[in-house]
Amino acid sequence: MKLTGAEILCETLTRLGVRHIFGYPGGAILPVYDALGKSKLHHILVRHEQGATHMADGYARASGGIGVAMATSGPGATNMVTGIATAMLDSSPVVCITGQVSSKFLGSDAFQEVDITGITMPITKYNVVISKAEDIARTVREAFVIASSGRPGPVLVDITKDAQQASAEFDWDKSTPKLPAKRVRENHDQQEFDRAVELLNTAKRPVILAGRGIMLSGAMHVFEQFVHTGNIPVAMTLLGIGCFPASDPMNLGMMGMHGEAWVNTAIQEADLLIAVGMRFDDRVTGDLRTYARNARKIHIEVDRAEINKNVPVDAAIVGDAGETLTALLPHIETRDHGAWLAHIKELKGDSAVRDIQSLPDSGHLYAAHVINDLWKVTKGEAIVVTDVGQHQMWEAQYYHHNKPRTLVTSGGLGTMGFALPAAIGAKFAQPNDEVWAVVGDGGFQMTMCELATIVQEKINVKIAIINNGYLGMVRQWQEFFYDKRYVATPLVAPDFVALANAFAIRGERITSRKEVVPTIEAARATDQPVLLDFRVEQEDSVYPMVPAGASLGDMIRRPNNPLVETASEP
Amino acid sequence: MQTIVAYVENKPGVLNRVASLTRRLAINIDSLTVGPTENEEIARMTICAHTDERGAHRLEASLEKLVDVLLAENITDRPMLERDLALIKVAADQQNRPHLMELIKVFRGRVVDVAPESLIVEVSGTVDKIDGLLEVLRPFGVLEMARTGRIAMTRGNDLLRPPAEATAKPKDTAPASS
Repeated sequence: MKLTGAEILCETLTRLGVRHIFGYPGGAILPVYDALGKSKLHHILVRHEQGATHMADGYARASGGIGVAMATSGPGATNMVTGIATAMLDSSPVVCITGQVSSKFLGSDAFQEVDITGITMPITKYNVVISKAEDIARTVREAFVIASSGRPGPVLVDITKDAQQASAEFDWDKSTPKLPAKRVRENHDQQEFDRAVELLNTAKRPVILAGRGIMLSGAMHVFEQFVHTGNIPVAMTLLGIGCFPASDPMNLGMMGMHGEAWVNTAIQEADLLIAVGMRFDDRVTGDLRTYARNARKIHIEVDRAEINKNVPVDAAIVGDAGETLTALLPHIETRDHGAWLAHIKELKGDSAVRDIQSLPDSGHLYAAHVINDLWKVTKGEAIVVTDVGQHQMWEAQYYHHNKPRTLVTSGGLGTMGFALPAAIGAKFAQPNDEVWAVVGDGGFQMTMCELATIVQEKINVKIAIINNGYLGMVRQWQEFFYDKRYVATPLVAPDFVALANAFAIRGERITSRKEVVPTIEAARATDQPVLLDFRVEQEDSVYPMVPAGASLGDMIRRPNNPLVETASEP
Repeated sequence: MQTIVAYVENKPGVLNRVASLTRRLAINIDSLTVGPTENEEIARMTICAHTDERGAHRLEASLEKLVDVLLAENITDRPMLERDLALIKVAADQQNRPHLMELIKVFRGRVVDVAPESLIVEVSGTVDKIDGLLEVLRPFGVLEMARTGRIAMTRGNDLLRPPAEATAKPKDTAPASS
């Protein structure tokens, strides 16, 4: 069957199971758009190509599949860079397809020509230029294999315009991926494995550090078995949240810079850390010289390059989290760890048992209240897509996720502007689920143009703006470390309700505690998008906090103010 | 100094990926040689880098993550041969030429070009040996030098060959249906 390159691309994507493409047209990708119009693929017109990549990323994170973004050459492609880096840092399988000038113009500074494969080399798992129609099917199939296998990541496929226009024979069976004949490492090292088993069975104060790798591996079930067999408490990374139920008594909560004090203290006092599918990011370890000095460490990780990268470990098992845990499980002795668990419970003290909801209403609205109320009203079952900053940390502390893929957040890159587009992508991935974008007033203004995408696509995404009139997290750092010199953090925002109305989206402003629950309930009662502008306390801070570079045990604790002193327990 | 041998796909852009990776890891490359193998689709690299064992592990493991790198192995601590080739143009006149030739012989170098004012020495061997020759030639006036950088090979039965066939199992993964 003879097809044009553009038709081959659409046919290949369709056969790979793609249903949605988030993109923005332009000259160098026009042949593909012409073919898209004749295909069954659903193209979502975004308002900025960064949004397209975040949507594809949100789609991938919420579904467990691959998200696809598309853009034209030049500025279309460069606008994708932030979204690609976001996907790279969080190992998210995203395939970006960009148009490129015709091959005869390559390297000539033609109109809208940019070396996007050169630009994205360090922020993609792989990228490739296609300049022949006959290479499209195989290369795109390879891109999908690469994006989703091993440690997933973004792949960019740059297709010249002449390759889109030229005709070639399309034969699905003859276009099977031909990836380089890489060596497969024999990862199973019996010595390391035996050492890990011995450490596990002799530890008195073990803590598991659970990361996103568990989710990517689909190892949630065996992980739960592992935890309960060993009776080992679990600390979560930000991206690991959801891979182990928050309601499980063994779940301590989030660790790291804004982890709860008892979690970080437990890690510092542990005699064994079992890291599963996490990479000892600086935001979870604090100062490496003082990090968990009493603990032996086991690292279960699919990416060999992560072993001993930040933290030297005593036993490393390179491999898929699910397979490794399954292999370990029969060797794990069930142990009581009663004294250790009791000690952690003691560490929690009364800061956890006091319910934030039952505190007296001082007339102030705190972001923690809003998020905790959102958790209660949605019964913890919504997909929450956050932006980056204070509200993101409060979400991690006060919205308790029991299911994987219900928290979508930019962890590694910390990309402001992620929430709104990623929430759109998540909604396309899970149309039957309730999707909330929880976003600060700063981050929202970075990508709020995508409100138009919501309207054009008629999708039901709820938006909760945690509006404190500041770039809150930066303001917090200025408060703590720069003597309250608030340089460039006070933030003027538009009237978000009027803005929403301008897009024909319902908007509500909430200024007091008692309005929170009824407004959220009303927003949930409609199948239309709703924007809620929560005017929260302006100079509130996220506690506890481990200052950047400080020891994990040196936390700035909550001040003696009952309104912000408490955390709640699921 | 750490020595890493890598087999890579012989196609455009691969060298760029390898170089970009070392830049990102802030590892300074002392020498990097690329040459064909008996299989024209595969090239062999020898990378000598200024880093410690931990840096070398990161480089080796990160290299192997690149799709086009078939295999990367740190052979620093294994029994191996390392060879560097140099062409050195030395100032030489009628008077000191015999003396120079004597010195070059000691280092098992070969004089491959003689001109009225200079000569070119070809010498191969370990880096130390070439550096040693360079040291004694310097007083005569080294006019120009070209060095290939090191190539390395493990000794004896310790074979480092490219993987024979595609081991990555192709599986087309469709996005999860929702």
